[in-house]
Formats: sequence, structure tokens, C-alpha cells
Amino acid sequence: MSKDMMRAFELYQPDSVENAVELLGRFGADGWAMAGGNDTLDWFKDRVKYAGSVVDLSGVEALRGIRETADGVEIGAMTTLTEIETSPLIQERFSVLADAARRVASPQIRNTGTIGGNVAQDTRCWYYRYGVDCYRAGGNSCYADTPQGQNREHCLWGADRCIAVTPSDTAPALVVLDARMVIVNGDGEREVPAEEFFIGPEIDIERMTVLEPGDLLTAIRIPNDWAGAQFYFEKVADRNTWDFPLVNIASAMFVEGGAVSRIRMAAGAVECVPRRLSVVEEIVTGSAPDEETAALAGQAAVRGATPFNYNHFKIPLLENLVKRAIRDS
Amino acid sequence: MAYTLLGKDFTPPDVRAKVTGSAKYTEDFRAEGMAFCKLLLSPAPHARVTNVDVSAVLEMEGVLGVLQASELRAPPPPVEPALTDEPLFVGQPILAVAAESETIASDALDAITYDLEPLPFTVDPLEALYPGGPGARSDGNAAVVNYGNTVVETRHWTAQDFAAAEDGQLPTGEPNMEWSYGDVDRALADAALVLDESFVTAGLAHHSMEPRTTMAYWENGKVHLHGSCQSQSLSMPILAGMLGMAQEDIVFVSEYCGGGFGSKAVPFPSMAIPVNLSRKIGRPVMMRLTRHEEYYLGLARTGFQGRIRLGFSSDGRVTAADLFLIQENGPHAGFPNLTGAAAGVSAMYQPESMRFRGVGVFTNTPPRMAQRGPGYNEMSAAIEPLIDKAARELDLDRLAIRMINAPGEGATVGPQRTPLTSAFLPEALTMAAEQFNWEERKALSGQRNGSKVTGVGVGLAYHPAGNNGFDGLVRLTPEGKLHIHTGVGNLGTYSHSATSRVAAEVLKCDWADCIIERGDSRRHLPHNQGQFGSNTSFTMSRTNYVAAMDAVAKLKEIAAMDLGGSPEDYDIGGHRVFARDDESKFLTYPDAARRAIELGGRFSGEEAPEDINPTTQMAVAGLAGTGLIGVARDNIELNGQPAAHVAGCAQVELDVETGLVEVVDYAAAVDCGTVVHPMSLATQTKGGAVMGIGMARYERHIYDRQNGLPGNIGFHQAKPPSYLDVPSEMQTGAVDMPDPENPVGIKGMGEPVMGAGLAAVLNAIADAMGGHVFNRTPVTTDMIVNALAGQEQSHGPLDVNTA
Repeated sequence: MSKDMMRAFELYQPDSVENAVELLGRFGADGWAMAGGNDTLDWFKDRVKYAGSVVDLSGVEALRGIRETADGVEIGAMTTLTEIETSPLIQERFSVLADAARRVASPQIRNTGTIGGNVAQDTRCWYYRYGVDCYRAGGNSCYADTPQGQNREHCLWGADRCIAVTPSDTAPALVVLDARMVIVNGDGEREVPAEEFFIGPEIDIERMTVLEPGDLLTAIRIPNDWAGAQFYFEKVADRNTWDFPLVNIASAMFVEGGAVSRIRMAAGAVECVPRRLSVVEEIVTGSAPDEETAALAGQAAVRGATPFNYNHFKIPLLENLVKRAIRDS
Repeated sequence: MAYTLLGKDFTPPDVRAKVTGSAKYTEDFRAEGMAFCKLLLSPAPHARVTNVDVSAVLEMEGVLGVLQASELRAPPPPVEPALTDEPLFVGQPILAVAAESETIASDALDAITYDLEPLPFTVDPLEALYPGGPGARSDGNAAVVNYGNTVVETRHWTAQDFAAAEDGQLPTGEPNMEWSYGDVDRALADAALVLDESFVTAGLAHHSMEPRTTMAYWENGKVHLHGSCQSQSLSMPILAGMLGMAQEDIVFVSEYCGGGFGSKAVPFPSMAIPVNLSRKIGRPVMMRLTRHEEYYLGLARTGFQGRIRLGFSSDGRVTAADLFLIQENGPHAGFPNLTGAAAGVSAMYQPESMRFRGVGVFTNTPPRMAQRGPGYNEMSAAIEPLIDKAARELDLDRLAIRMINAPGEGATVGPQRTPLTSAFLPEALTMAAEQFNWEERKALSGQRNGSKVTGVGVGLAYHPAGNNGFDGLVRLTPEGKLHIHTGVGNLGTYSHSATSRVAAEVLKCDWADCIIERGDSRRHLPHNQGQFGSNTSFTMSRTNYVAAMDAVAKLKEIAAMDLGGSPEDYDIGGHRVFARDDESKFLTYPDAARRAIELGGRFSGEEAPEDINPTTQMAVAGLAGTGLIGVARDNIELNGQPAAHVAGCAQVELDVETGLVEVVDYAAAVDCGTVVHPMSLATQTKGGAVMGIGMARYERHIYDRQNGLPGNIGFHQAKPPSYLDVPSEMQTGAVDMPDPENPVGIKGMGEPVMGAGLAAVLNAIADAMGGHVFNRTPVTTDMIVNALAGQEQSHGPLDVNTA
């Protein structure tokens, strides 16, 4: 039940990564890293989630900006979605990410929302957001997975007590680009492939990513492996702005001699994590990216999908988006 | 007729404040020592609240007081109370806490303990009607819905009633409301084509941009109430009744209203909370509602589960309409959308025979209230696609089948077949079709470009458009100003100003010398109809006309008194009253105003006509002696029902692979009588279409049936259309034929502009899908994907409050 007024918390505003990591390490489970605040403040205002110590990352300059590196591009976690959408470097080399960023939420939210926040945001299952005591909230039931649960937005794969999906538009693009998520904590820095960064309920039902208390996502590194590929991104949502995906799709493809030589594809909002469509990649590689291949790819993509009462529309929708990614990219 | 002001664009006086941000909405006001309050909301759809313990809260620093249901006047059931110990929907306020800040008040809410005893609940009217079905209320499950007088009853249909319905067909048991004319059964038997279709129209939230914030304080025994309300003067007696106070002890300030769409048509129950808390703690109290709270208790359109049998002759004439509606009424008094719906069908298609049966059913969902075109626009959504279906089956043009049924001369409405004061829907249809280039565009129907298919549609809507019997009040001052006192309210349409121009027109005043008095009951405002129901233009142009005519008569009387002759010898113009045969004999308006003050009596408001409303009597008394007072009750004859009609045409591009629909073009023509304010008419027509697109495609009203939880308590969940979901350009036009029952020919149009957009878009979608009719609004993307994939829909055909 919304109260709109946040409970009081201690606010920390570090100006360096070291300082931020030290604070998050110190507070552990009572600490909360806040980027653009679009997810955080929702939780706090609704008084559904709370942290006694909030570490506001907006003053850490080192977390901002898009830099070219020896083997790719590094994006600071606090870089806004608008900056990514409008970056000539991203547009030229990894346009699938710019396209994905452009479809996030609304212009106002993209101006404050960050890439780090977009990938680390919590799921949008409306029951969970409402504040019910579901599995993900530490309880012992799922409100969406009931005979009459309103689960239009929920998953086709990976149900494990929780049936919520990843809401991120940039996440499938980052999986496709084989991005590396740079995580720093008191023990130092580590890189995690985007595909492994996101975790499902079978691993930890109360988290969406590998980030644990004390961890800070500082940057996203995109190797040049997929630079210049034929990219495709499409998001289907109820509205053209300020909406989460019903299904989204991202792909990167190289075509040589009329046949697909390399391809990566991932879909969002069909599973708790961005769903890497490995079977599509396997089927398509070596074939011409034509209507026939596209149709086979679409059929392959939806095999094993297990819908709930209100979301079987996602099956033909995903099938069609996969077709389009092959045919139209 | 040529007018100086009417029919011309102008800048309404409140525009600048809105554009610059200086307009003060309720939340912008502050009062010395103001406290804030927050509400404890019910987490359950129906429960009994017991053992409320606020002792810990009252000990908290900064907490100033708690207000509970037992401290408030309880309205007669099923009227919604401000606070309750038996909440009937999730989010209904149980108690309120006042504190120095909203944060403290919110902390206090967390410290309150209470017990909840769950009671039966339902979010589906059909479940409630089934034998033994749950009642949303403890005192009954069904409602005879009348505005201001809804009756609670217990009504269960028989199992046989349900069994008699075919799959997907609406069961039709005993109604609690019905009327008919003609021999419907015979007409259906004789019809060349009969359509028998069941449908669902979703109840939808109002999405007012400004939540229903209220601030109140007491001064010298009077309560000063700042509230976001569509209506000003009509609110006064309602507030007095709600608060149990004399009207003269209430000051009501509502200069700006950030959207109401019917949900703020009149004062709402939560207004009583800061009023009573303020009295209790002896300090001003501000109650800001959050967006979530606006969705919980900010009201909603009623929902329909319906069935209609339509009989057609071979040339497309509607010979019979047999309408059955189950109205989802929320848990309280609600609004009689179903009677509006029935009237709407009778008006829109002029069926030769018609039967209406209906029943209201309580559900544990938000309280319901009128929403733009209540009942009428739902019929545009439900019936218009069936007219297309009939056209296809009878091999008729979709425009032609509408033209043959469209209300024109001699048109009537409702069971009494009340004549419409004017009806120019055929002309509106012709105009919309020409604007849209229907004849050429319809060839685009079904054309495929890649994955996109083009669809075109035409849609109609009707709404009553005026009322009578209210009062007008104007004042000419010695400073040479015409003060037009209007108590209609400010919904945001500027019609308060547009209709005030009628007084200026009659008195031949320069608009620059006119001052509109409104927005604050201390400005001496007359009894006017509220700003709702597409009636301001018709009703308020009449009141301002009669008040101005009274002023003109008094000007002439004073001139005759002072300059000789009889009043008939005088005319007005140039802010003067002058002798017709000798213009050198004149009084200026300021001179006449001074003379009126000297003369006193009825000239300066020392006396007032006996037939005006008590609210107007008070207003006149407050102005007495300040100028020449023009005041009168609108006693102009009214023969028939004023009626507004709109025709709209839409083109969509539907992507058969994603289910996405782009509305690429829209054109509408309005039958609203004389056009009073062209720019405002155009923006209303476009804005209405946007709202129609929202109802056609996007807006959601989701309830979890197992727990009664609302699934749309934010803009991003309830999904009103965004700027990017509507055409960037729309064409509008008006028939501009004067209504004979209005002295300047004006009638309303605010509501059917939504219904026409709604129906045109639904029909364009159906057209793009080869005539597939969903019999349901909204038509969401998932539904289109399912239909195109040949899959069953996830929802049952008669399910409500569901995806």
C-alpha cells in the first residue's frame, strides 16, 4: 500500500569507486547502491523495501562515460541510457545496444536511468511490486502462478516457484554482444559475462543478478567481437513509450557468402533472465537468412515454452520476432 | 447569424496561469500552521476492521491526531463513506492520521495495529449473480442503479438462467430495470438479418493528472475547503449535506481542476477527511493523495457484460434492438451507465423497436462514477463494430448503413421517444467522410505492405448535450466592467469562459472589459449545473443569456426613467444605452451602473427574483449595491432533449506479426450546434479521440480474482495512451447548425468526441483483420496476436477485470 513518503535512511554520497565500494562493504545487507533511482525510489516510497544506508552513486565521476579500449568499448555503469542511445561510438559499432536503450521507458526516465540500473533493476511482476509476501519477497507462495493469477507478463521458461521475467531492454542486447560486467567489491574486481550476470529463481529467488551485498557494478565492457555485425532489436510493448516489454529480441549476425557465419540472439521478458536462443543460433548458422530459415528459427525458438493462463500470446509473438530478426536485420 | 464574439477564437483568462505554472491547484495552497494527513488503506477487498489500536501512534512525536470512521457522519448505504470499518475494496480508507509532516504520518500508519476479519468478495458480477454467489456488500449483491438513489438488493439468478446461455453468451436472468417500445420480438422475427452478440466493456480508471487532493481549515466557524472539483456552485449544497453544515458556512475554492473526466464531477467522500481532522486538531490539514491512492479510490467507469440482438432490414435499417446489460457497479452507489447506454443505442440508430433490460451488480473494486460518455461511449465500443458486421453480411457500405439509421430530423431518444432538439448526424457523417476521403480510403482496406495491413473504420457516438433551469448572474460596475459570475466549474475545457462570452455578446461589451468571476464561492457565484455531461455549452449559454437579457432590460428601464420615453425606445451598443431615434440621448454603462446603485432594489441586487435558487439568492445578496445586477433563472422553454453527435473516421496500420496497431489518421466532425470557440472545439475533438484510442487499445483494469488485488495502480500499469500512441495530426470539423432550443444555437459535445474515436479505431482494427470483431474493449496487443495466430483468447468471453 503506497505511502509515498520514504522511511528515513542514512544517505552516503561517495565521490570515488573505492569510497563507494568501502561503504557498500561496510553496510553489507543493510546497504543499497542507488544509481538513477528509478527502481530504488519506487520501492522506498511504497515502503515495500528498505535499506538503512543508501549509497548514492551519482557523484562518482569514474562510473560515467563511454570509453574506447584496446579491444572494445567500456561503458561506465552510471552512464545514462540517453547517453548510450545518442553515442556515435555505440551507434556505429554496437547499434543494437543504442536501439535497445532508445526503447527503454520514456525520454525523462532515460535521462536519469543508467545502464547499470537498467540491468540491475528488479523484476516488474505486479504482485511482487505490490508488496505481497511471495517467494521472491521471502514468503512461501507465488500469487501469479495460481489458477486465476493475472500473469500476462510472466514467463514461458524457467519457472521455479517464481514466474517473473527480466524487464530490461538492454540486457538481451548486452548478452548478444557478449558484454562483460565489471564487478568490484572489497576483494577486488571481477568480470562476469552478461549471460551469467543474470540469474533465475533456481539459483537465488530473491535476486535477479549475481550482485551480492557489497558488490558494485562499475562498468560494462563490450568486446569488438560483434562490432559491425548485422544487428536487430525489437521490443513489443503495449505502448510506444513508458512501458516494459511484452517480449523483446536482440540479435547480431554476420553473413558471408550469402550464409550466416556467426549469430547470437537473445530474448527478454520470456524468462527470469535474458533467454539466449542457442538453438536458433545453431539452426541458422550456415544457412541463408531467408524466409525459410527465419521460419525454422522461429519454430525452434519457442520449443518447450510453457505458458501460464494469460501469456500464451508470447509464443507466436516470440516466434515472429525471431523470424523478423533473421529476415529483416 | 453573425456574432461579434461567438464563433471566434480567444484566449481564456486562465490559460496564462496554466502555461506559466502560476495556476494554484489545491496542493499549491498553504495555510498558517498547516498539518498533513495520510490514510490507512484497506489491504483487503472486503473485511471487518476491529481492535484498532492507535495508542502508540498518539504518543509519537509530531503526530497530531487520528480520525476514525465512527467520528464521521455515515452516509446512507450504499453511498461511499469517507472512512469505514468495513472496507469494500482494496485501498478504501479506514482511518486518517494528522501529523507535522507526511513522513511522520506515514511512520504513524506503520505503527497502527488492527485486526481484519475477511468477508466474502467478488470482482465478477456474473459470479455474484449465480445462485449462492458472493455479495460484495454485507447488505446485498445487486443494485438498482439510479443517480443519487441507488437501491441495494439481493438478487441471484437461477442455475437454469445460466444453463440456458450458450457458450460465451451472456446469461439473462431477471433484470431489475427495463423498458421497451414497439414489438421487438416481431421485428426480430421479421428481420432480414439478426445479430446476437455478447460483449464486455472494461471499467476504466479516470487517470486524472491531479490526484484528488483536499486542504481544509476553519476560521470563525466557517470551513475553508480547497478541492480539485469539476463543479463549483453545484458542489455547495452537496458539500453542505456531506458535512452536515449550512451552505453559508462553507467556503469552497476550486479554481483549477487537473482533470476529472467525471470522477470529480461533484465533491467526493474523501473531502470530509481533512475538514473533520482540521476541526479536531484545530489546525489546517492538507491531504495529498498519491498516484496509487488515486487509482484505489479515485473512481472508475462502470464495466458492462452485455448482450444485444439487432435486427436489420435488407437495406440496413435497424428494425429492432434488444439490449441486456449487467453493470459492474463497484461496491457503492455507482452511476447509471446502463440507462445511458440504452438511451444511447436508441438515439444512435433510431431502432424501430427496442427493449432494454439491465441489472447492476456490486463488486469489490473501486467505486464507480461517470466517466466521459458514461454508458453512451461503451455502446459506441460494443455496437459500432456490429454495425460493420451487419454491413458486411448485407453487402452494404459501412458509411451507407450508418447514414440510413443516423438521427436527423424527427429523431427521438429513449422509451418515451423524446424528440431530440436537433440532430445532424447525417451531415456530420458526410463531413467526416469528406475530410477523411472515405470513398478513396476504403479501397486501402486490407492492403498489405510487408507485415502491415491497412484498416479503415468509421465510428459514431451520441450524448445528451444540455440542460435547463439554472441561473445566470452578471454585474455592470461604475468602473465600466462587465463581471460574469459563473459557478459551473473548471474542468479544463475553457467552456466556463466560452459560455460567458454569450453575456458579453448580448450586452455588446468589449471582451477586454469583461471579468469572469469563478473558482471561489466567495466570488458570489450563481446556482449553475456542474461541469459534466456535455452540458456546459448549452446550459450555461442559456443562463448567461437570460442574465444578460435581464441586464439589458434594466439598462433600458433606467435610460427611460432618466432620459424619457419607454424602455422599448432604447437600444444598446458601444457600452451605452441610447435612444433609437436620437443617439445623442444615452447613458454609458458606468453611468447606468451608478444609477442602478442609487435606485437600489432589483436594479442593484437589493432585491432578487423569487424563482432563483437559494445559492443565487446568496450570491445576489453579496453583490447588492455594487452595480447593475442582471440575474435570472433560465425559464426559456426547452422542447426535447439536446443532443450531440460525432462521426469519426480512422485509418490504422496493423502489424500481423507483432499485433501492434498504429493509428495513422483520424478525422472527426461534430454536431454541436453553433460553434462557440473553434480552437477549443478542435482540441476537445482531438483530446476526446485520444481518450477513445486509450479505451480501444490500451487502458487496463486488472484485478486478481483470488485476492481482490488491483493490478493497475500507476500510470505505467493502467496505460493511458502516450503521445506516441496517437496520430500526430488529426482533422476536425463541425456541422455548425444552430440548435433551435438554445438562444444562440449552442449545444455540447465533450463526450461523444471520445466515443467516435473509440469506435472508429475499433472498426479500423476489425477491418484490418478481415472483419474480426472482438466484442470486447480494450483490444490489446496480446488479443490481436492470439487472434492472428488462431489461438483462443486467454480470457473467457465474458470475463471482466482480467487481461
